Formats: sequence, structure tokens, C-alpha cells
Amino acid sequence: MAEKLKVATCSLAGCFGCHMSLLDIDERLLELLEVVQFDRSPINDLKHISQPVDLGLIEGGVCNAENVHTLREFRSMCKILVAVGECGITGGIPSMRNSFTLKECLDESYIRGMGVEFAHIPDDPEIPLLLNRVRPLHHIVKIDHFLPGCPPSADAIWYFLTELLAGRDPSLPRELIRYD
Amino acid sequence: MSPSARLQLETASHPEALKRIVIEPLTRVEGHGKVTLLMDEDDHVRQARLHIVEFRGFEKFIQGRPYWEVPVLVQRLCGICPVSHHLAAAKAVDMLVGARQLTPTADKLRRLLHYGQILQSHALHFFHLSSPDLLFGFDADVATRNIIGVIAAHPDLAVQGVKLRKYGQEVIRVLSGKRIHGVFAIPGGVNKAFSREDREYLAKDIDQVVAWSRGAVEIARSLYVGKLETSESFGAFRSNFLSLTTPKGDFELYDGALRARDDKGQTIFDQVDCAHYLRYLHEEVKSWSYMKFPFIVSLGNDEGWYRVGPLARINNAERMPTPLAEEARKVFMAMGKGEPVHATLAYHWARMIELLYAAEAIQGLLSDADIFGTDLMVKGEPALEGIGVIEAPRGTLFHHYKVDETGAIVKANLIVSTTNNNTAMNTAVREVAAQYLDGKKLTEGLLNHIEVAIRAYDPCLSCATHALGKMPLQVELIDADGQVVDRLVKGADGELSGEAV
Ligand code: SF4
Repeated sequence: MAEKLKVATCSLAGCFGCHMSLLDIDERLLELLEVVQFDRSPINDLKHISQPVDLGLIEGGVCNAENVHTLREFRSMCKILVAVGECGITGGIPSMRNSFTLKECLDESYIRGMGVEFAHIPDDPEIPLLLNRVRPLHHIVKIDHFLPGCPPSADAIWYFLTELLAGRDPSLPRELIRYD
Repeated sequence: MSPSARLQLETASHPEALKRIVIEPLTRVEGHGKVTLLMDEDDHVRQARLHIVEFRGFEKFIQGRPYWEVPVLVQRLCGICPVSHHLAAAKAVDMLVGARQLTPTADKLRRLLHYGQILQSHALHFFHLSSPDLLFGFDADVATRNIIGVIAAHPDLAVQGVKLRKYGQEVIRVLSGKRIHGVFAIPGGVNKAFSREDREYLAKDIDQVVAWSRGAVEIARSLYVGKLETSESFGAFRSNFLSLTTPKGDFELYDGALRARDDKGQTIFDQVDCAHYLRYLHEEVKSWSYMKFPFIVSLGNDEGWYRVGPLARINNAERMPTPLAEEARKVFMAMGKGEPVHATLAYHWARMIELLYAAEAIQGLLSDADIFGTDLMVKGEPALEGIGVIEAPRGTLFHHYKVDETGAIVKANLIVSTTNNNTAMNTAVREVAAQYLDGKKLTEGLLNHIEVAIRAYDPCLSCATHALGKMPLQVELIDADGQVVDRLVKGADGELSGEAV
């Protein structure tokens, strides 16, 4: 049997909807596992990419220092890096906070929030630094493919993966490109 | 360890003198989390915390948007239970447009959507994320301790899980147009009538889905009673419970009033109108987490924390409204011998009873003539404030919005299910740290015990980051000078590596 395609996935500032859409391939998951081997992914307990992999799928944009670090690690370990979904491609809904300052956002939740007691902004060193703006992935590293949608449908993800595995250009046909 | 000792584990008196261990990122949970442990020279645990380390700022950036956008925007908080946010927001928006009572058709179709969501989320949680721990053992080989391992070792069970989730997702797709982030609820009702073809499509598999769900309850029950001692003691503690119930006190997921009971099952409050939730529940901010810590106002922040979700709902309910789930509930409650069931691992069993309830409730609705109605919308006298509360898969979910005269949002408050369980999850982490890690040389398998406890609560750390935070998990050792001397990281091969700092 040919070597399996090594795939790593992660979620940065995303909602996990793109990962759920991958699981929406349903029983085709069994077919996929015949040809793909998962490295780091939130669905297993591998916390870091162990070795260079063929394909990295990233959901979500970049909202804190931790995200930047993880994204760079993925870029250095993945031959092909894919931005999956609107959050990765444009920043998505989380980037709506870019219309406000970070301080305004924090104040609203922890100082001015309804029913809030012991009001103060969490500042423990354990909490990663937030970026002033939520950014799309390609602002930080080179991205090889973009899979649009919120989330891209399971069929779009399936098409992309199977074309890639067959050694063809995995660009989506027109009918699979849609935001909603 | 006594409860007071457990409480002390929240904050060590001299953290600077301790070694820090970090588990990060948390895996097989939905979202981003991190646990830190501080240990002394003899490897005794002195502090254990679960941090949410991501923040989104939703309550701010929603301001200025028109209210009717909210049910569409807000589901992007969470791709695992988008329907819960969609519906909680829609219920709040119903109040804004003065829709006091939806038409029977709209009410039932929204319920159908919600039960589809409960089914898919519970199936995902149990089969895809948690079953590897329960089937293979908490410290099984990291290479097989995942759904792919389950597919290899128990293909029938794994495929059932995949198909149960698929069915729930199909209910959602048929109603809302897409499996994830579709739109169905609109202010005052729903946007589409249900067709006979849709009904035939969903009805053809529902008996099978009910049968599988019965099987799932049995699997969860036998895994629990098969190792009864561990099941009852693992990360276990007593707590208050909060959930919605019907006016009669029965199990309810979509509507109803708030009920809180103490650890013995005595009433703290009952039949509280959801619109008054702020009189009863406040949230404490702690510097080390973006996730706030809610508590019952009358009991105060130290004593007033509670648990939500499947365990709370089953404990709090007088009855399940469907026959098979009610049978299963009785078997479950017998474990508590007249008191609420408190075990952390009992969440999984309770979750599968709810899965069965959702399947039966879908079955019932599919043969209810009201679902074919075409009267989908109501309107009324507009209001400037709306509050929507629902039982999401992980527990009670609060959405609260204020608008100005133009209908633009001026203030928002969300308490998501996982936030309600914040103190509970932290307590479970401390409990497991004290029970299993204290005085030991840490291994990957031991650290996974902490995550097993967190997974029982099915935390949706995606939702929990709505405020602005994100939560990865890792463990570090800090020496007497406050220097990080050792960081324990799970390598991709599952090996622990003590990363030099
Ligand atoms: S693109 Fe949509 S589905 Fe994907 S992470 Fe962002 S909000 Fe969620």
C-alpha cells in the first residue's frame, strides 16, 4: 500500500465549525482513514506536530500571540498549508472586534458587564497576549490554498482532499465555492 | 482530601516556590484550554487551575448591529452547538419584537431543530471524543486513544456513533438549509414550512436512531457500573445544580423556568422566570482566566457555584417526558439512593439518556400534524430588552440583549453553558490532581486523567471564549525563585518531554 498522506489540523481563532464540517463527511471518514494518517489534531491527543507532514489544515484567524506561534510551527512543518473557512481567510466574525479597541472589548466583558462582580481585567501571565487586531492567516505566513465557506461544506472539503490525493489540482469548482 | 483542602488548591500561598506543569493544548474537547499545576519539591500538588486563554469580545463588537442579525452572527461563536446560540438569540429577539407566544408550528419546528442538535452534539461528544478514554483506559496508548482507534477496535460502535451524529446533522440541514450555521429561526417564528417529503426523509430512519440511542444508554450504563468504584470516585465532588424545567418540574430543553437545587436535592429556587436571571446569578472575574465564574447570588461566590448540563438536568427533573428515557432516568437515579448523583463520570451516562430523549422527541414530532402548518410568524409590541434562555447540549445558556429605538444593539450579556461549569471543572481538575497525581512522577497517562475529568463536562471552550479568550493546556514546573525550570509537553508521539526552559 502506498504511504498514507500525513495530515495535521488545528483551530486558531475559529469556532470549530470547520472541523465539524470535516467530520460531516460521515461514513466517508472510514474511506479517508485508509489513505490519510492524522498527526496533531484536536480529535486526538497529539499536542504538537512530531515530524514534517504533507498537509496542514488551519481553521480560524489569528487573535493572540499563541496563535502566531502555532501558525508558524504549522508553516514550518507542513508541505501544503490550507486556510479552511472565512475566519482563516479574512478573519471572519471574530475580526468584527477590529472596529473597537482591545481595551473597549475587555472593559465591556470584565468591567462593565451585567452581573459582574470583582470586576477587573484578567492579566495573569498564564493568559496569552491578545493582538490588537484579529488577522487572517496569510498576513502571518504563506498560505498555499484557501477553502472558502463558513464553514466550507463537507463536500467541498472532500473534493479538495480527494483531488489532492489523486495528484490533481485541488482548486474548487465554481459550485462548491460559497460563503453560506 | 476534605473539601476545604480542595478549595485551597485553587491558589497556592507561595507559587513562586513551586514547580509548574502545563497541559496544553487540551485535546478531544471543543475549543482551546490549558491546565497548570504547581508542585512542591516532593511532587505534592499545591495549585491546579483550568484556564481559558482566548477572548473574542463578542459583547462589544455586537454593539451597533441591528438585532435581527444577532441569531445569524452569534452562532459563529461555536461550530459544535451553533443551533443553541441561534435559538437562544432568537428567543431573546422574539421578546424584542413582542412575540410572546409563537405559533404551535413555529414552536414545534424550532424544537425539532434543537433536538437534532442535542442528538448530534451528544453523539459527537460521547463517541468521537470521550469513548476512547472509557473503552481503552485513561492511560492507554496515546496512538490509539482517539476515534480512529475506536474505529479500528470497535468498528460497529464507532459507525453507530458516526451515524447518530449524521442523523442529528441531517435534521438540522433539512430545517435550516445547512448542517452548520444554517438559518431557520427569525424574530417571531421560523422562515420555512416543513414539507411532507422532508418528513418522509427523516421518518425513514428514526426508528433505527431510537434503537441505537437505547443501545448507547446501555453502553454508557455498563461502562459506568462495570467499574463502579472508579466511576463514583473519579474527580467526584458534591455541588448545587441548575437547569430549566417545565412548570411541573419535568425535564425540558427548549423552554421553561429556572430551578436550582443543593447537593442534597433541596430547592434553592424554583420556577424562576428566565427574564429575572440577573437577580439570581452573578459572575465573578478571576485574574487567571478569561472565563468568568458564575454563582447563585443568595449563596455568594464561595458557596453559590453550581453544575449545569446533562447531570444537572437529570438530577433536577421529576420526570422525562418520553417513555424510554424515563425508564432510563429511573435506573440512573437509583444510583443516588434518594440524593442527586454527583459523580463526574456520571455525566456520560446522563448524556446518553438525553440522547435517547432527543431521539424519541424527534420521533414524536415527526408524527405530529402541527409540523406541517403554514402559520409561521407572530408579531407584537416591540420592547427594548430581550432575554433568551435554552438548555444547550452542555447546559443552561443565557443570551441577553438591549436595543435602542432604531433596533441597534447597545448592550449584550452571554453566559454560555461551559462558563456555568467553570468552577465545577476547576474542582474536578483539583480533585483528580489530588487523587491521582499527588506525590507521583508525572506521566502522559496521568496527565490524561485531568483531561478525562474535563471531557466529562463536555466543555465547549469555543463558546467559552466569546468574551475574548482562548484556552490551551500544558504543565510547567517553577522553582523557588519563580523561574520555570521544567515544562512538561506531550510530544506528537505521545511521549512526554521535559522541555528545557
Ligand atoms: S469559518 Fe465559520 S465555521 Fe469556520 S471557524 Fe470561522 S465561524 Fe466557524
